[in-house]
Amino acid sequence: MIARALVLGAATALALSLAACGEKPQTMDQSARKADAEPWTVSDAANPAFRAPGWKDGDQAAWEQQIRQRNQAQNDYAR
Amino acid sequence: MARMKFICDAERCIECNGCVTACKAEHNVPWGVNRRRVVTLNDGVAGEKSISVACMHCSDAPCMAVCPVNCFYRTDEGVVLHDKDVCIGCGYCSYACPFGAPQFPSNGEFGLRGKMDKCTFCAGGPEANGSEAENLKYGRNRLSEGKLPACAEMCSTKALLGGDGDVVADIFRTRVLNRGKGSEVWGWGTAYGKPVQTSSAAPANGAKK
Repeated sequence: MIARALVLGAATALALSLAACGEKPQTMDQSARKADAEPWTVSDAANPAFRAPGWKDGDQAAWEQQIRQRNQAQNDYAR
Repeated sequence: MARMKFICDAERCIECNGCVTACKAEHNVPWGVNRRRVVTLNDGVAGEKSISVACMHCSDAPCMAVCPVNCFYRTDEGVVLHDKDVCIGCGYCSYACPFGAPQFPSNGEFGLRGKMDKCTFCAGGPEANGSEAENLKYGRNRLSEGKLPACAEMCSTKALLGGDGDVVADIFRTRVLNRGKGSEVWGWGTAYGKPVQTSSAAPANGAKK
């Protein structure tokens, strides 16, 4: 009976002492950061009233043209 | 593809803080947080110069390099953004940034769990473009509305230029050529690197141009 208890105790102590040997992976989870959408893709959640006129949703070329036009509004030598 | 950049023309900035106000109003930035601010050099001395400073969306952003949780990302347009759901508010980016851009609010909608806040080039964050969630966390997403940053578009003297790097550099170059002075662009080299001398830029001795 006593021997059985000793064996059980030793087994428990061994299991507890070895528990520290298990290491959790510490590599960074690359998937934690969410992916962002391209600026020319407008979601349904956006209010269309705020959109600048003159370009179409999802059209990259039209969006870039729109940005270039707005850029030139800052050029007072081109007015 | 446009590569977004900021230029502040110190010859034109009149320290009106219109850019600061425009930014705060556009994004509902709370008290104590300044995504953009105006810095005056030699204040009160004749010839003082002011520049508007915010995140410059660096080509090789130090904040991205030091972030322990990799919350930063760069868009195809060169805008450096971050995911506030990943940010742990450690402040490393604040120490790394040469422009003092990262801000750490402690209250309000932006201040939940001390997340870092900074200029987004009016491009929001990883949430759906123009959504309420994006607006609450990052402010307005003007780029997805076909607009440029509010600070630059609202600048009354057009000292602050923001947009496609090639276009704003051309605008600035034209000004410098016309006025014949004020070619210094503070922060440009730090943010986007020094111009590389190529063989075509430096003709050999005796070569005619």
